[in-house]
Amino acid sequence: MIYFDNSATTKPYKEVVDSFIKVTTEYFGNPSSLHRLGGEAEKLLNIARKQVAELLEVKPSELIFTSGGTESNNLAVKGAALMHRNRGNHIVTTAIEHASIQETFHQLEELGFRVTYLPVDKEGRVQVKDVEQALSEDTILVSVMHVNNEVGTIQPIEKIGHLLKNYPKILFHVDNIQGIGKVPLNLQACSIDLCSFSAHKFHGLKGTGLLYVRDGVKISPLLTGGNQERKHRSGTENVAGIVALAKALRLTLENEKKLLTHLQQVKKTIIQGISELEEVIIHTPAQGSAPHIINFSLKGFKAEVFVHALGEKDIFVSTTSACSSKKQSASSTLMAMGVNEEVAKSAVRISLSYENTTEEALVVVKAIKETVNQLKEVMN
Amino acid sequence: MNYDRILIRYGEISTKGRNRHKFVEKLKKSIQLALSDFPNAKVQGQRERMYIVLNGDNGEEIIERIRGIFGIQSFSPAVKTSKDLEEMKNAALTLFREVYTEGKSFKITAKRADKTYELDTNELNQEFGAHLLKNIPNLRVDVKNPDIDLRVEVRSEATYLSCENIQGAGGLPIGSSGKAMLMLSGGIDSPVAGYLSMKRGLEVEAVHFFSPPFTSERSKQKVIELAEKLAKANGGYFTLHIVPFTATQQAIQKQIPENYTMTTTRRMMLKITDHLRAKHEGLAIVTGESLGQVASQTLESMYAINDVTSTPILRPLVMMDKTDIIKIAKEIDTHDISIQPYEDCCTVFVPASPKTKPKKEKVEYYESFFDFEPLIQAAVQNTETIRISPRQEAEIEELF
Repeated sequence: MIYFDNSATTKPYKEVVDSFIKVTTEYFGNPSSLHRLGGEAEKLLNIARKQVAELLEVKPSELIFTSGGTESNNLAVKGAALMHRNRGNHIVTTAIEHASIQETFHQLEELGFRVTYLPVDKEGRVQVKDVEQALSEDTILVSVMHVNNEVGTIQPIEKIGHLLKNYPKILFHVDNIQGIGKVPLNLQACSIDLCSFSAHKFHGLKGTGLLYVRDGVKISPLLTGGNQERKHRSGTENVAGIVALAKALRLTLENEKKLLTHLQQVKKTIIQGISELEEVIIHTPAQGSAPHIINFSLKGFKAEVFVHALGEKDIFVSTTSACSSKKQSASSTLMAMGVNEEVAKSAVRISLSYENTTEEALVVVKAIKETVNQLKEVMN
Repeated sequence: MNYDRILIRYGEISTKGRNRHKFVEKLKKSIQLALSDFPNAKVQGQRERMYIVLNGDNGEEIIERIRGIFGIQSFSPAVKTSKDLEEMKNAALTLFREVYTEGKSFKITAKRADKTYELDTNELNQEFGAHLLKNIPNLRVDVKNPDIDLRVEVRSEATYLSCENIQGAGGLPIGSSGKAMLMLSGGIDSPVAGYLSMKRGLEVEAVHFFSPPFTSERSKQKVIELAEKLAKANGGYFTLHIVPFTATQQAIQKQIPENYTMTTTRRMMLKITDHLRAKHEGLAIVTGESLGQVASQTLESMYAINDVTSTPILRPLVMMDKTDIIKIAKEIDTHDISIQPYEDCCTVFVPASPKTKPKKEKVEYYESFFDFEPLIQAAVQNTETIRISPRQEAEIEELF
């Protein structure tokens, strides 16, 4: 099996699953309970928070554990918009965000917020000057993803952060769900106020995520109740999942240090290999893109058919993002980049992890070439 | 940096005379304890300095471990080379380049322990200085106040090079000053008192009074966590005695007039601790008392409470301000544990207005109506001893 769909989800590290099982069976107490079991669980929660804070170079009190990327994004955007509505009614995002941002902005639009969706250039990158032009007296939030989940384009987060420093009223949210462990991002240096993460994208478990909320930034909670997570997110903490998240993050960042060049090499091997096919159009920009995502179209082929054909060879890739791949429509990111709809409909995404090898890349390139030839015969 | 040993300099130990080897031995033991899970590293203790030979073990991790060990003034990662001049010079240059950044000044400090070596100290200084100046453009010499002091030590068996000087924790090796019992309540002060005692070379075992169900499991756990922090200064090992105190405390509530219960409680705690001290062969009791901080820490209270024993009571914090104590608590990472809001032996059953100026005669009179001795004996008998070791910590660490 070759798993090349790591932007959809990653395989949890074995050590991570081991920690989860141990904590969920032996330290099952509720951290809020007064007895010893509660205390032990709380201790693990504190260690996890501290470790994650150190890894992200932030303070432990700036982290909120959530149920995943979607919740983190919802909490950041709705939490900020609802908390600061009295300051202004205008919120800004881009045309290429993940569905959990896009739909959240749509919902806020229905609630009466004015929303600007910023365009991107043909590489899928938002322009800092467009951000600047969109800002008004009324703007309270700008949300831009760090690495696009479909084509892998890296957004100019640092420059936008610098720009927004001149607007102290505006909060800056970054969706770093695809970027973490692949493209470095310093939350402090980029003046980020809110930042979302999801554990299962870095070999943690599904159902755990993280939102960074800079000290002093106020957001309104989505979930109210027992006032866990400093009142930002009520609900009994998923201690086992959070411990697993902390471990997965440590292992991933260690791999990033050791294996980033290797990952770039694997990506290069695939791009070089598939570029030999005349049907291939590569959407992922050569410069300024993440080391793990390759998005390309096979002119004249239906992406879905191609994904299934590779699936028969035990090779797993995907059409667009996993969350929208069942919708049958062309990728909105590619459309925003100005890709023609027919071409956009035949887009395929390969997404890598540090566990993938150059050998696997060569096998996949070969399989892609074979598949294209087979399909061509059927279609002619 | 590509070093193969760590050179350790002694602090106050070097003022010791004929008994110095005892201190060196204690320090060596402390270091060996802290490095017990490094299979290859070897500690070599000598009169003037100590070496940890890495033998391939991870130097960065070892440095982190020895940073907190008391008795070390400073230490330097060092490289061993042959005595061939060219090889020495090249090794020095490689080492120097790893710590040098544009604009830094340097000096060479050569030492020739091997007096048969053909170059003397001055010639060595010149040879090495010239070699660096030739190879690194814009390098500046500053013999008075250098940013980098490259030490070259020519010994009979080899030459050692080092250029980084890392501050150690200071103090005296744990155990070199004897053993004492620390009364550990769970508050901010007592862990700091324990830490400072360990720094002065005391081997410390903690005593905690536990009154279930009036004080919770969480408060006991809090004390275990504090003990784990103190264990960090002792290679991960620490002993904690948990005294069952409920029966005694209930008897006090029944027998003693309300405004004197606090005084008697402290006296009973001290008596029990003194018994445990004798049992575990300590010679002193350490407390976190700070003069005038609370009702039990006025001079009158100390006088009335201290009366139950002639054992020395060491009060490292007695003249310190709370803010200074908090500062240390934060440095040693116990502050955030201490401020967790669980009832402990000092807060439960506190009368509305405890006597701030208790009279010794009065408290003795009140206590004379009841025989506390059997309760004290039972508490000592049933004391639970928890030994914290790096293994338990390692189990938690493995989860992360």
